[in-house]
Amino acid sequence: MALKIVKGSIDRMFDKNLQDLVRGIRNHKEDEAKYISTCIDEIKQELKQDNIAVKANAVCKLTYLQMLGYDVSWAAFNIVEVMSSSKFTFKRIGYLAASQCFHEGTDVIMLTTNQIRKDLSSPNQYDTGVALTGLSCFVTPDLARDLANDIMTLMSHTKPYIRKKAVLIMYKVFLKYPESLRPAFPRLKEKLEDPDPGVQSAAVNVICELARRNPKNYLSLAPLFFKLMTSSTNNWVLIKIIKLFGALTPLEPRLGKKLIEPLTNLIHSTSAMSLLYECVNTVIAVLISLSSGMPNHSASIQLCVQKLRILIEDSDQNLKYLGLLAMSKILKTHPKSVQSHKDLILQCLDDKDESIRLRALDLLYGMVSKKNLMEIVKKLMLHVDKAEGTTYRDELLTKIIDICSQSNYQYITNFEWYISILVELTRLEGTRHGHLIASQMLDVAIRVKAIRGFAVAQMATLLDNAHLLTGNTQRNGICEVLYAAAWICGEFSEHLEDPMQTLEAMLRPKVATLPGHIQAVYVQNAAKLFATVLQKHEGETDSQAAQETSQLLIDRLPLFVQSANLEVQERASCILQLVKYIQKLQQKNVEVAEEVTALFAGELNPVAPKAQKKVPIPEGLDLDAWINEPPSESESEDEKPKAVFAKEEPKHYRSRNTEVDEKELARRREVRKQEQANNPFYIKASPSSQKVYDAPGVEHIPVVQIDLSVPLKVPGMPMSDQYLKLEEERQQKEKAERKKKEKKKKREKRGKGRKADSGPESEEDITPAQHVDIVTEEMPENALPSDDDDKDPNDPHRALDIDLDKPLADSEKLPVRTHRPEVLKSPAEDRVSESVPPETKKKSSKEKKEKKKDKEKDRKRSKEEKKKKKKHKEVEEELLESQPEEPVQSEETKEAAAPPTSTSAEASDLDFWLSSAPVPPAAQEVTVPSSAVETSSAAVPESEPDEPKDTEPEDTKSSKHKKKKQKKEKEEKEKKKKKRHHHHHHHGEAGGEDSVQNGTVEEEEPLPPMSNYSVLAENSFIKMVYDIQGNHQDESKVVVSIIFENKSDSFLKSMEFNVLDSLNSKLQRPEGAGPHDGLTVPFQLPPGVSNEARFVFSVQSIVMPQKLKGTLTFIVKSDESSTHEKLDFKLHFTCTSYLITTPCYSDAYAKLLESGDLKGSSLRLEGINMPFHHLLARICFHHHFSVVERIDSCASMYSRSIQGHHVCLLVKTSDQTVSIDAKCDEPSLLGNVLDELKQTFSKC
Amino acid sequence: MIKAILIFNNHGKPRMSKFYEHYTEDTEQQIIRETFHLVSKRDENVCNFLEGGLLIGGSENKLIYRHYATLYFVFCVDSSESELGILDLIQVFVETLDKCFENVCELDLIFHLDKVHNILAEMVMGGMVLETNMSEIITQVEAQGKMEKSEAGIAGAPARAVSAVKNMNLPEMPKNINIGDISIKVPNLPSFK
Repeated sequence: MALKIVKGSIDRMFDKNLQDLVRGIRNHKEDEAKYISTCIDEIKQELKQDNIAVKANAVCKLTYLQMLGYDVSWAAFNIVEVMSSSKFTFKRIGYLAASQCFHEGTDVIMLTTNQIRKDLSSPNQYDTGVALTGLSCFVTPDLARDLANDIMTLMSHTKPYIRKKAVLIMYKVFLKYPESLRPAFPRLKEKLEDPDPGVQSAAVNVICELARRNPKNYLSLAPLFFKLMTSSTNNWVLIKIIKLFGALTPLEPRLGKKLIEPLTNLIHSTSAMSLLYECVNTVIAVLISLSSGMPNHSASIQLCVQKLRILIEDSDQNLKYLGLLAMSKILKTHPKSVQSHKDLILQCLDDKDESIRLRALDLLYGMVSKKNLMEIVKKLMLHVDKAEGTTYRDELLTKIIDICSQSNYQYITNFEWYISILVELTRLEGTRHGHLIASQMLDVAIRVKAIRGFAVAQMATLLDNAHLLTGNTQRNGICEVLYAAAWICGEFSEHLEDPMQTLEAMLRPKVATLPGHIQAVYVQNAAKLFATVLQKHEGETDSQAAQETSQLLIDRLPLFVQSANLEVQERASCILQLVKYIQKLQQKNVEVAEEVTALFAGELNPVAPKAQKKVPIPEGLDLDAWINEPPSESESEDEKPKAVFAKEEPKHYRSRNTEVDEKELARRREVRKQEQANNPFYIKASPSSQKVYDAPGVEHIPVVQIDLSVPLKVPGMPMSDQYLKLEEERQQKEKAERKKKEKKKKREKRGKGRKADSGPESEEDITPAQHVDIVTEEMPENALPSDDDDKDPNDPHRALDIDLDKPLADSEKLPVRTHRPEVLKSPAEDRVSESVPPETKKKSSKEKKEKKKDKEKDRKRSKEEKKKKKKHKEVEEELLESQPEEPVQSEETKEAAAPPTSTSAEASDLDFWLSSAPVPPAAQEVTVPSSAVETSSAAVPESEPDEPKDTEPEDTKSSKHKKKKQKKEKEEKEKKKKKRHHHHHHHGEAGGEDSVQNGTVEEEEPLPPMSNYSVLAENSFIKMVYDIQGNHQDESKVVVSIIFENKSDSFLKSMEFNVLDSLNSKLQRPEGAGPHDGLTVPFQLPPGVSNEARFVFSVQSIVMPQKLKGTLTFIVKSDESSTHEKLDFKLHFTCTSYLITTPCYSDAYAKLLESGDLKGSSLRLEGINMPFHHLLARICFHHHFSVVERIDSCASMYSRSIQGHHVCLLVKTSDQTVSIDAKCDEPSLLGNVLDELKQTFSKC
Repeated sequence: MIKAILIFNNHGKPRMSKFYEHYTEDTEQQIIRETFHLVSKRDENVCNFLEGGLLIGGSENKLIYRHYATLYFVFCVDSSESELGILDLIQVFVETLDKCFENVCELDLIFHLDKVHNILAEMVMGGMVLETNMSEIITQVEAQGKMEKSEAGIAGAPARAVSAVKNMNLPEMPKNINIGDISIKVPNLPSFK
């Protein structure tokens, strides 16, 4: 036998292995393709052999060839064969090949389901690992559905190596099979607190990836991540979490406030640049979400900007790049803080690294002011000349236009300069942004009336030199500029000095080579020019010249009449006929100029880009209805005129509704006219449409007027640089002038439309060089410009936008491994097919039976499978099988119910966590101890979803824990129900109650600031203040928040917090720590900095106050030395700290008092001279009570301990005497609370 | 998410490619070529980030690369990854290769593509970072290597001997083409952990 194996392998050793293949390829450099094709033939032979080792070797070689670009999908089946080898060596080769070349379209994938499942449950962790790794690359929706449950089981594997892989792959499973997200989420969340850092990191990774796409669903995890952030030391995890917070803060500004401090501390303390950078980024995100309103955050901005400056100044190009990247984020909300670093950014524009230049360009956008715009643009123009690649040059071009046109040309003081810049830009070769330049030209010429004369002159020159631009006739190429030029010259032809010359330029034969839409504009505007020329000649009574002009048109237009472009043809023939007619009239010496000009009379107003879309559709208008019966289908559509500037979506007339009455038609005509009137690019055919043009809306166009300074006449065709010089001179002159005038005369009022505070202060000195009207764009009334950017419907992450807080429904569970996995069906179908016994009354009982059947099958099958199956799996299954029906049922109930409770608790917990003040009632769980609840709770378990029995081969040891959980869940459910109920009834009063709740009754004077933090201990280095709060979720836990403040000039580090536990109260230490070990404080303190840490204590009895002794040890590190210091303290757990502010409604409160279970006690306080509402506020704030009802000088209050004791107070006041009657179901607790109350008031 | 990890040499020859999204073989080659063009024309001392090429995802993605001796290591990532973090990850990857191959050089990668993939699989899984701790990665890689050896057992011995002989017969193989080793210290980046 052994001999045979050896013999076989000796045969094999002369096969080519991967190394031989590679070597061979390297030796056949000239005829590589040929060599490889012979190799592929060899491989095909090898794959036909039975020996798995030979096959594996062949597959390994194929993997290499795949990398070289050879399609190896033909070997997919052989790959599957190798994957299913029992030897790890071959299996790994198989999975690697599969991960490289399998994808959703590979059909053999469906053969792999069972093999993968087998490998996942292999006792060898590396088999499992390899299968998971492979699966992560080629998982399909089918595989995800069939294996989700197996993978979820692996998330609780004993080996962290498997756990982390299973956790990571869940993300892929979610993507392919979104239904699995909700059932799997609770366990995924659990993994955030896995003892193994690798698993934890994987879980953070997955949740961050999920949350990034749909952040709002993950907001409730914020407290958990916050805890991780303050406790984790793994930079990868920290970076991920901090990035996640960056995504969450825009949704919840309160979160941002909470984050600022720990992040700032991290910025100060971390040495890892990557972490520092991400912290800065998130702080920026926070600041953006808070936007204004937080004056004290200017320090944070300064810190960020300052750190970023350090990055940008660093010699490391990477840091420079990232610094600029982050800076551009600050720019959006805090431009002023960035502007002060202008020098640095301008310097980066000259960097040799293109990535960095691009980033600096982004920043420039916010750097410009009226003062420096010309200078910056000049610099950019220099770069344009120097730039080698077209991409970078185009980027520069768009940036120049962006910068200049931003906020309605706010920074442009001289539009002549801008037009010349645009004209200069047309000289760029090979740009793809001709369209952009053209639309700028049009925009400026239309909206800035004062510039039209200049613009027309420039455009005429452009038209004259059109041959320079026509080299590039591709779409969006620079020839697009001619479109603008022709239109401007035509429309504003009255400004032309020599319209005849321009007309001639527009009718040159060369024009016919331009794209159709440009020709069309040429023809139309030639007609406009013709009108102008006629008028001019008739004014001079030069009929000869007028007739010559007509002749010119008649000579040249036929060229366009022959155009292949329908639009050009149509316009040309119309105009040709018109001119012919005019010529006839001219020959009879009839004066026609006036009538011809009337064709093009009237002014065009600019329209906002989306205005047309916003025009409300008038009632009764059906845009889909046919106007005319559609022509036969056969008509070709490829001759559609192309709309260039008005990007209209083609309307599809589909419905064949032809019955349109007269009225409707009239209305439509009206609407169409209106539309035409509002469209500047719709060329009006007759003066009659002018009437429509005066429709409402036009007179409301706000015209921004800036009436300052004398226009500067620049003769000829100056270059933009000249403007720069002129501008400088002008500014200097003005400055000098103003200095003289300033004392005598107040400065003229500036234009109303512009914001006075835009741009840096110094800018107010600069006055525009021209008399400029910037006409704002028209919009239909009540319509606001907006960006309706829809999400990409193909984004796979859209499917994962799933509310995770909603309770799981019946149908939501992972498909369970059926015992006929070869039948690939949807989970629902599976269930139906398995339930052979027909209809049963209830769904649950039906499923129970089904399960029984399953189980029977299980047993039968298990015999066969036992050989193959791995031990532990079996044991688990048997354990489950041997359990009686009842507990199984309940366990499932728990399983299914777990997610909703934890998440709903979290949602309210989030509010609690986010707000330090008492929580508004809506957000808090309302607990009303009433018997009515019982009935509703009875119904709950029945309605719970059932899960097929072997969904979860759960560790049975956890079942105890689960029972407890279940109990809590029930409670939570009740609360939830109750809450809903209350919402229903008290909806209207919610606002009023809210204010009473917080003890601040509206009309009265403001409260003095209060804090619950009291001093814990203090020495010359450090001060600790603390506050204790009960934990909502756990009846035996309290959270102690301690703020550590570094009072010294030295750095404090390695702080360790330790407490001597008592029998009753214990500090919660991490797993594996001894009962006397201290806890490391998860941060270091630079001088003057303070930070908060939280420690959880478990308590048994809460009826008595407690004191715990403890010590804080830390290292004081100064420049020259470091010393070890120690500070003792006593933690005082008052009974108050076990109380939780819980709102209570008066009816429930009355019931509670009536029940008679409560024992009373009372207290009198003398000499209290504070307003009653202050008194109440103090009780609320310091002792965690809420006001139930207040009538004049009498109020009832309620609170609840973490263990569910009710505490009721009736507070009355008269003449400095306050009497408090109190009731509680635990007398000693009450006594202590009253004592503490007394103490509070004796202090004031 | 990491979209792709590419290793190619100074001439653009692919040495390893791992795509975490499916592309056809032709597109993959095109991506490698495009990436090579983008990366190779950059100077040595410019930043290691590059706006993504047109083929992989476009502007959403970034190319983060390092150049070691004869090889480019390029990671194509989206915005959820920390740029500096990925740079460190590349360093961890290269150092791990260096440990596993004992002074890694381009030839090691050429002849042991499978091993490179196996090492990478311990670091990045399905486009997400799995492990960043080098010693942990090496432990797992070595444990799997051991398993492979024990499986080969007696039967593997002759094949190994033959391959050793083959290598001896070809003197050009190990030394002549040795294109320098990968041992470059990272400037300015305090690494993770």
